[in-house]
Amino acid sequence: MKYQLELSGISKSFGPVQANNGISFAIKPGSIHALLGENGAGKSTLVKIIYGSVGPDEGSMKWYGDSFSPNNPFEAREKGVAMVFQHFSLFESLTVAENIVLGLDDVDLDDSIVNKIEKYSIQYGLSINPHQVVGDLSVGQRQRVEIVRCLMQNPKLLIMDEPTSVLTPNEVTDLFVTLRKLAEDGCAILYISHKLEEVRQICKHATILREGKLIKNCNPQEHSKDEIAEMMIGKKIIKLTRKNIKHGEEIFSINNLNCTSEDMFGVNLHDINLSVRKGSIIGIAGVAGNGQDELMRMLIGEDRAPRSTLIFKGKDISKLNSHQRRQLSMFFVPEERLGHGAVPNMGLDENMLLSRPSSSRMTRNHIIDWSQVRRLAKDVIETFNVLTPSVSTEAQSLSGGNLQKFMVGRELIQSPELLIIAQPTWGVDPGSANKIHQALTDLADQGSSILIISQDLDEILSLCEQVHVINNGKLSPSVDMESNGLETISQLMLGASIQ
Amino acid sequence: MVFLSPILALTLTALSTFFIFFLAGVDGFGAFYVLFIEPLSTQYNFSEMLVKAAPLMMIALGLSVGFRAGVWNIGAEGQYTVGAIVGGAVGLYFYEVEGFWVLPLMSLAAIVGGMLYAGIAAFLRTKFQVNEILVTLMLTYVAILLLSAMVHGPLRDPDGFNFPESRLFHDSATLPIIWEGTRVHIGLALAVIFSFLTYFWIKKHISGMQINISGIAPRAAKFAGFDENKAVWLSLLVSGGLAGLAGLLEAAGPVGQLVPHLPTGYGFTAIIVAFLARLNPLGIIFSSLLIALTYIGGENAQITYDLPSSITSIFQGMLLFYFLACDVLIRHKIIFNFSKNINHE
Repeated sequence: MKYQLELSGISKSFGPVQANNGISFAIKPGSIHALLGENGAGKSTLVKIIYGSVGPDEGSMKWYGDSFSPNNPFEAREKGVAMVFQHFSLFESLTVAENIVLGLDDVDLDDSIVNKIEKYSIQYGLSINPHQVVGDLSVGQRQRVEIVRCLMQNPKLLIMDEPTSVLTPNEVTDLFVTLRKLAEDGCAILYISHKLEEVRQICKHATILREGKLIKNCNPQEHSKDEIAEMMIGKKIIKLTRKNIKHGEEIFSINNLNCTSEDMFGVNLHDINLSVRKGSIIGIAGVAGNGQDELMRMLIGEDRAPRSTLIFKGKDISKLNSHQRRQLSMFFVPEERLGHGAVPNMGLDENMLLSRPSSSRMTRNHIIDWSQVRRLAKDVIETFNVLTPSVSTEAQSLSGGNLQKFMVGRELIQSPELLIIAQPTWGVDPGSANKIHQALTDLADQGSSILIISQDLDEILSLCEQVHVINNGKLSPSVDMESNGLETISQLMLGASIQ
Repeated sequence: MVFLSPILALTLTALSTFFIFFLAGVDGFGAFYVLFIEPLSTQYNFSEMLVKAAPLMMIALGLSVGFRAGVWNIGAEGQYTVGAIVGGAVGLYFYEVEGFWVLPLMSLAAIVGGMLYAGIAAFLRTKFQVNEILVTLMLTYVAILLLSAMVHGPLRDPDGFNFPESRLFHDSATLPIIWEGTRVHIGLALAVIFSFLTYFWIKKHISGMQINISGIAPRAAKFAGFDENKAVWLSLLVSGGLAGLAGLLEAAGPVGQLVPHLPTGYGFTAIIVAFLARLNPLGIIFSSLLIALTYIGGENAQITYDLPSSITSIFQGMLLFYFLACDVLIRHKIIFNFSKNINHE
């Protein structure tokens, strides 16, 4: 039989780094094929080769039996390869429809394209408003734009890099319906994901890479999740354990927080109440764009909250900025890594300075002590296994998982009494995610409190003792996990009324 | 690569100059010598280059700080003029009063004058989101007319036969010369010292870091707890203050009085100086010398080959153009795509 795409013996090196080493596999037409591996395993390079943005050093590819060697993404797209990237390539100041038109060849912006976008978005359960400006969209909504943009090219092979990382369980189910439908229509899908449960659900074929080498071509449904994970990271996954759950007195509370968003597409926060006790891990679940961004800005202090709505250690912190809050031992990890939690074109050492409580001694009388900054950066890099050539490497040249480890580590070495973290493991491979989760539970075991805002329900359920759901700017009371908790959470996420 | 593009730009400018001279029917090698070599070969020319470099360096330093923060003060010419008026007025108020404190007082007044003038833009931007590019640029013309009004009116020399110019500054209000027999004054030393101070401020002080981060990643600056308005104020006050001081240095230095044609475009040329140095304060020492060289070389070319005075501007324009183009082309690759006709309305 003819394969849609067949790779044989693909190798590629970047200087001394062998990113791909003799990789062979084949994708059948109309199949959903998983590509698995940790960050740095060589998945991205392989995908770039298929997509034509880099050429292989050795090896060859066949496209439906014919030789296939695209010189650039344009040629790959002409053949029918489409890709949804993990990092979005959208213009923030343009609308959804404008962005989609820009990504297509020979299309003008008119009503028919808007109708087409709406049609696709309804058909595939990816609700987006074509007239909305992308800058006002949440990460989850932006990804939907990317997916719709690809679907409009009627691809033969659709490459999806971490497509579900920001979707809710129901959206994932909807997406899977879409993907299966596409596959039935004969479009092959190369599905890159860290969510092994999902992979086992929709993929009958999987290629597992580790350190640039092919480990196995297999049917993921014939292996357990742990088996696959172990093949990916080459060692046993450590099970999460909390050794010491001890809840002390209240350390932080949100009291009747209301806020009208200045942004016309923003979400207004309604009467949010939350109490965080010492040593507890609290999760806020919810679909992207339901007020998480607005709440996070208030919690960090980027937007000022109304008076006496935020109380930390008995002190009203509503009017303090993030730097002043850090002095009280309150730390933050935002969702967006590049441009928010880290300055893309500055070194890791310089990025340390974004979070600098005076106890860190990184500055004295406003003068930067660079040797101390570098020492702390090295500490973070070593303690959290951040893979980087040096402390002064630019943040943007790290992989997502490594930068996330750095950002979490940067806050954790300050031993926060309260850590507020959004999407702790978005786009992070299982090994790194495991490490981050373990670090968070260790922190809570030492008596600190953690507030996690995440769209990844598995993550919230595995880490948090107390779960709230945010929907349309309202926060639910904590969900009683003992009696039908998961069902309640799902309903709350969908906007069931809050008692 | 970092140093490649300035060198490449310089080479391209030299080649283009050669070509332009050729078209103008002038001996290319001779003109090249007059432009680039002669200014360095005599003491007079060399010292005049230093005289011109001082205000350029001073203004470009301030501007580089603002440009780092993404605050586009393009009206340094106006702040320069106001600095000269205010500082000069102090000098004239204490006319014939001797004392070591006169010059520092004039300098201080000039700095405050420049700061207040740039502060208008900072106020409008932070309070009403008014674009600082427009405000600073428009205020430049206001300042130039203000200078004209001053030297026609209150600051006019009473014994000057109604010429629109002030009295010559007396000795205590005139800058000391640091190179005997030339016009090189203490302002040059000050500018070099400020270059180092600015360098250490940007690298070592947390507010210097803030300026950088606010410019390249505003959301990260907010995450760090930096106040955006503070960065706007800081960068406009610093650039305004330094431009104001430069204005006074020119008035109390080589010119020696307030005249309507005191602003000669240093405030605009300094933008080129700042970018040629990639906003690096130490680089500005060199780029200001280079641009000063084009002034002297341009003047020489006018005299020797009877070329129009716009030759200097052509040069400076080409230099900036090539520099920016090299920077873009070194970082990006042009892909010609003729296979598809993209039709957008």
